[in-house]
Parts: sequence; structure tokens; C-alpha cells
Amino acid sequence: MIAEIGHFALGLALILACAQAFFPLAGAARGRVLWMNVAEPAAVGQFAFVAVAFACLTYLYIVSDFSVATVAENSNSALPLLYKIAGTWGNHEGSMVLWVLILSLFGMSVALFGGNLPPQLRARVLSVQGMIAAGFLLFIVLTSNPFLRLVPVPANGRDLNPLLQDPGLAFHPPFLYLGYVGFSMAFSFAIAALIEGRVDAAWARWVRPWTLAAWCFLTLGIAMGSWWSYYTLGWGGWWAWDPVENASFMPWLAGTALLHSAIVTEKRDALKSWTILLAILTFSLSLIGTFLVRSGVLTSVHSFANDPARGLFILLLLGVAIGGSLFLYALRAPRLKSGGLFSAISREGSLVLNNFLLAVGAATVFIGTLYPLFLDSIGGDKVSVGPPYFNATFVPLMVPMILVMGIGPMLSWKRADLAGALSRLKLAAAVSIVVAFAAFIFATHGSVLAYGGIALAMWLLAATLIEFADRIRLFRVDWRDSLRRAAALPRAAYGMTIAHAGLAIVIAGITVSSAWRIESIQVMRPGDSVNVAGYTFTLNGVTETQGPNYTANQARFTVTQDGKPVAVMLPEKRLYPVQGMPITAAAIRTNGLFDLYATLGDKTGDGWTTRIYFNPLIPWLFGGAVIMFLGGLVSLSDRRYRIGAPTRKRALAAGARASA
Amino acid sequence: MTRKRRRLYFLLFGMAGLGIAVALVLAAFRDNLVFFYSPSEILAKHVAPDRRIRVGGLVEEGSLVKKADGLTVTFRITDRAHEIPVTYKGALPDLFREGQGVVAEGHLRANGNFQASEVLAKHDEKYMPPEVVKALKKAGRWKENESTMPKGPPS
Repeated sequence: MIAEIGHFALGLALILACAQAFFPLAGAARGRVLWMNVAEPAAVGQFAFVAVAFACLTYLYIVSDFSVATVAENSNSALPLLYKIAGTWGNHEGSMVLWVLILSLFGMSVALFGGNLPPQLRARVLSVQGMIAAGFLLFIVLTSNPFLRLVPVPANGRDLNPLLQDPGLAFHPPFLYLGYVGFSMAFSFAIAALIEGRVDAAWARWVRPWTLAAWCFLTLGIAMGSWWSYYTLGWGGWWAWDPVENASFMPWLAGTALLHSAIVTEKRDALKSWTILLAILTFSLSLIGTFLVRSGVLTSVHSFANDPARGLFILLLLGVAIGGSLFLYALRAPRLKSGGLFSAISREGSLVLNNFLLAVGAATVFIGTLYPLFLDSIGGDKVSVGPPYFNATFVPLMVPMILVMGIGPMLSWKRADLAGALSRLKLAAAVSIVVAFAAFIFATHGSVLAYGGIALAMWLLAATLIEFADRIRLFRVDWRDSLRRAAALPRAAYGMTIAHAGLAIVIAGITVSSAWRIESIQVMRPGDSVNVAGYTFTLNGVTETQGPNYTANQARFTVTQDGKPVAVMLPEKRLYPVQGMPITAAAIRTNGLFDLYATLGDKTGDGWTTRIYFNPLIPWLFGGAVIMFLGGLVSLSDRRYRIGAPTRKRALAAGARASA
Repeated sequence: MTRKRRRLYFLLFGMAGLGIAVALVLAAFRDNLVFFYSPSEILAKHVAPDRRIRVGGLVEEGSLVKKADGLTVTFRITDRAHEIPVTYKGALPDLFREGQGVVAEGHLRANGNFQASEVLAKHDEKYMPPEVVKALKKAGRWKENESTMPKGPPS
């Protein structure tokens, strides 16, 4: 019964989404206020119905109703409650419902909080949201119904993939989706602006917070996925340039570019058509990312099914959404008049350069990710593109970007004094060279690239801090005066400083952890010791233990440094009986500067294969990503977003509503 | 500077940047594309030694041998028509098992042995890498009932 209610609710949501797609758009075109007013209740109702469907699905997972096919395939009665719930979106069908739930949540928030938007713009935005929702709901209902019944009812389910039974991964998809779907707002606003044929500062000011929120969630979602792969895949890697990872990274790159070009559109009334194009591309990449990962085109822990009917529908949906929006763009973009002129050396100029490098970087990732699929689909060779390709293309593009990131914020709008900015950054350059040189003297081994990476991270950090100090005129005026200036700075300025510093910390983490990690693989018998980076790991023994739904061999390592005990580490090799799947659970000991990382492998004779790693600055990598996320949040809390952003048409909008 | 002129400079700059990016991509493709072969294809075509490639198929039953150091293993990858001996030093992935699908990345040595630097056995014991399925189909040794991912729960 619950399953049928959920299914029915999806159907109703689809009907509402169709109404929401059609009436407001037609109403806005013909000036029929009544039709435009359909948007608001439709968006709210659509969210309500999708929420009902999602709640039904979650309930079915919690009570382990194995008469429903997706539950039987992806859950088990022995599963801990958290993973029963996480199982709801741990499969293709459920994850699509989560996607639409988040989409309709965003749509509803425009309906409810968009009161100060010009009514026609709001109607059109909601209509585009309705179209996206309709497409996805149709996809779910036609090809991926999560409520399908199963006859006969099995006694128990086939269990959630043990790799997904992890707290980090339980929340990775929702955050990733909040990011992907969040970009749908920028997309809807872009399409609405193209239909209207106008983009102004108020438009950009509306788009920015949505983009920023999406960017924050996506940053956190990617960091979570990376963290998960670091501690569960058992080899300490956090990024492999796997197509699945790239799928989430491409929208992040485009979204980052969008975030910055929207600033120029808002503040300087320039780069309008580029901002619109980026909004379209970012969401298109999000769509491609969602489908690439979920459709089974790529093979990974994420892909759940290989169903040709789905593939065709997906291609159709992508074609309509991306092709249609780009066609509209080609038709309408030339009409957008750009305002503010600026010289090449200016804040705008630096943002253009940054955008260009991010976009080209995203393009190289795109080519590397999709080329093997393309070649395969035309019947060519089977190839794979691995990390060396991305290191050779993406990294060189990011070096100038980081350099410019240090300089850009120092430049003034419109026309800037480059020599002046550079002279203020002399200190940053000196610091970065000194630190890289110090690393060269103290580190035993390392490549030129590694020292370059350190210098780059230091440059960005120092330049970011100098820019902040400049703003509050630190050491140039009385410190109390500086404090007063600091208090008066807008939150957006703080957000930028924090996020840019976060990226510097991430770069330091990436560089140091890849250049100076120490790895030791060996066979150990109980009582054996191995020395890694000055730490002595002694294997005390291996015992059998029992988890809630698995059995495990647990090794006990005593870690000492110069004879003094440091830690006891307990890595496990687990076996999940339902799927007969072994999992390596690493033991990690962190102190904020480096991680000690130990895993237990197979039994070999009378010993065990063990792997021990020393991972320096890995905590900075994940910590830096969280700092970037926090920087985004701080910026999002800026005053001007809270007190009704666009002031341009408030009077006009109010007038229109009064007359309605 | 006039508007037109500035636009031209931007355009030239953009083209130059794109040119550099394209050059990077092409150079990286030439050096870093890793081709996938089945054992039969390796024997039929002459793959240059030292070229980084992937070999995929099934781990032949009874072929897995652990060397005395406990870390070096040898096994054979088969597409049920031909097989190729593989040497690998390191920890095998959790899901590596005889009779199951595997992809090894590395290079051929002059004696016809494959020296693997990476062994991939992916995330589900019933899962078979699609490359492997294709390789088996090509060799005519694919039974349709061995679906890549059996649907439905066990009865």
C-alpha cells in the first residue's frame, strides 16, 4: 500500500510539474497574470508530492519491505538503521527520487522567497524548473520506478553494497546532489533571462547566492567522496582522476567560474552573455555528471544498472536540455548588451583570465573523461585515460590561475595599477620562495614540482592574507582603527579571504602528501615490527571479531616512536556474508599534520600482508576543503543577500502584484 | 584603445590560450592513452613492449601462485581462448579471485610475460568489467547467462 501511495504521488508530481512548465511561461508571454500565478502553488505542491514519495520510499527501506524490488536488491534486515536509510539513495532509482526532491525543494524556495523578483522573471524561472522536474519525473516513472513490486517476495534482501556502508558515503550523495541541483537555479535564471532578453545587476545578484550555495554543497560533497576513497579503498588514495570523480569535478570547475563571472555581471554590468553561457554549461555538466555516474556507462561502485532503455531516455533528455538551451543561447545572446567597459589590467580582467583558465581546465577534464566513451561508441579501440593525462593537462593550466588568484583581488575595478599591486605582493613572493627553499633544504627528497607546489600554496596564502591586511590597513593605521575597519568589512570579503586561504591549504596538502608519502608493504608475523618514517609498527596479533552485519579479522598494531608508545591501531579485513564481499577497513591515526595509516591484507603462510603508510599533510587537504566550504557559507551570509537583494524593481513588482 | 581593438586582443589572447590547451591535450593523449587488449589480441597483434597497456579477462582457475616473499604473485589472465602470464608485486585488491574478471595495467616483457603495476578487480563479486565481457564475447567464450549483474534477489 505504501509503495502504491509513493508511486501515485510521483505521478501527481509529474502532472503538476507539467502544469508548472507550461502555464507560467505562456502566461508571462501573453501577460496573463492568472496563468503566471499557477507557478507558485504548482511548485509547492510538486515538492509536497515528491516529499511524500520520498518518505514512502524511506519508510519501505526502514521496515525492510522486500516485496519492493529496489529494497530487496539494495537492503537487508540485518543492516544498521543508518544504512537502511542511506540505502534509499544508494541505488539508481532512489537516487533519482532524491535528485527530484532536492530540485523541487529549490523550486519551492523560489516560489516562497522570490516575492521581490519581477513577477514575469519569477514565472519564467519556475517554468524552467518545472520543465527540468517534468523530464526527471518522466524518466523515473517510465524507466526507473523505485516502487516496483516483486513476486514472489524474497525472504531477505541482497544487502547494500558493503562499500557504501560507511557514514561518510551515506551523506556524500545528498550533498553532491544539493550542489548539482543547486546549479539548476542558475540555469533556470539564465534561460528566463534569455527569454526576456535582458540581464542586469539585479539578475546577477539573484543568481549569485544560489550559485554560491550550490558551490558550497558541491565542494563539501566532493571532499566527502574523496575522504571516503582515502579511508575505505585501502590504498590511501584520495583522487584517481576516475571518470566518476571527474563527473563531479567538471561542474565544480564550471561553477567556480560562474561564481566569479557573476560578480563581474553584478558589480560592473559586464560579461553578461558569458555568465549566461557558464550557467547553462555548469548545469549541463551537472546533468552529464549525474547520468554518467548513475547510468552504468561508467563502471564503478556508483553504477547500478545497464539498461539500454534508460540510456536512450538519458541521451534524449540531455539532448533536449543541453541542445535546447544552447540553441536558445545562440539565438538570444547577441541581443544582450554589455555595459561596463574595462581594460585588460583590472579586477574584471583578472576574473576573465581566471574564468578562461577554469573553463579550459574543465574542457581538458571533459575530453579526458569522455574520449574513451566516444571512441568505444564509434567502435574504436578500448582505451583508458589515466592520471598522467590529467597531470599533464590540468595541472599546467592551474598554475597560472593560482598566480593570478593572488594578484586579482589587489586590482581595482575598471582599470588597475599592476605595478602597484605587484609591489605590494613582493612580500608574498619572498615568503613563498623562502618556504620552498626551506623545504628543499630540510626535506630529504622531492621533485622540482613538489617545491613548486609548496611555493604556489604559500604564494596564494600570503597574497590572500596581504590583501586582507591591506583592506583593514593593518600596521598602517592604529590597530583599533584596523579592528573597526575589519568589523565593517562585508561578509563577502571575509568569505573570499577564507575560501582562497582554504584553497592554498588544499594545494599544500595535495603537494606534500603526494610528494612525501611513505609506503611500506610487507608480510608480518605476530611479533614482527616494521619501521615507517621513524615510527615502529609492531603487529601484536590478529583476532576474529564480529560487527553488526559482518565478521572481521582485526589486527592490533602497537605504534612506538623512540621506544615511547604513540598509538594502538586496529585495521580490519571484513567479510560481509550476504554479498560474500571482503572489505579492507583501514586504521588511521591523525595529528593534524600527518596521518599514520595501516591496513590488513590476506593471510600469507603464517603471516599477514600488511600495508603501512605515512601520509604527511593529508589532513590539510580535507581540512582546506572544509575551510573553502565555510568561506562560501560566510559569504552567503552577507547582509545584502539577507535584506531582499534586488532593489531595482521592488516598487514595480509590488505594483504588479497589487494589480493582480 | 577602441572597443573593437580591445575585443580583437581578447580574442587573440583567447585563441592563443586555447591553442596551448589543445597542444597540451594532444601531447598528453599521445603519451598517456592506455589501450585495452584481451589475451587473444595481444597474441595476434604485436604490442610493443614498454608500451603501457591494459589486459583484461578472467583469472584462470588454479593459476595463482604466491612467491616466497609473500608479495609477488603470478597468475594467468584468460579469455578462454588464449591466456597470458602475469607477474605482479604488491597487495591484490579485495575482490581478486580465481575464475573472476580482472583488469591488469602494466607492460609486456620481451619473453611474453605481462608485468603488472596495477591490478583492478572491481567493487562487486558478481560484477564483471564490461571490457572483459567484450573480450570474452569476441573470443566466443561468453555464455549469455553470465550476466554482468544478475537482477533480482536470490531465491
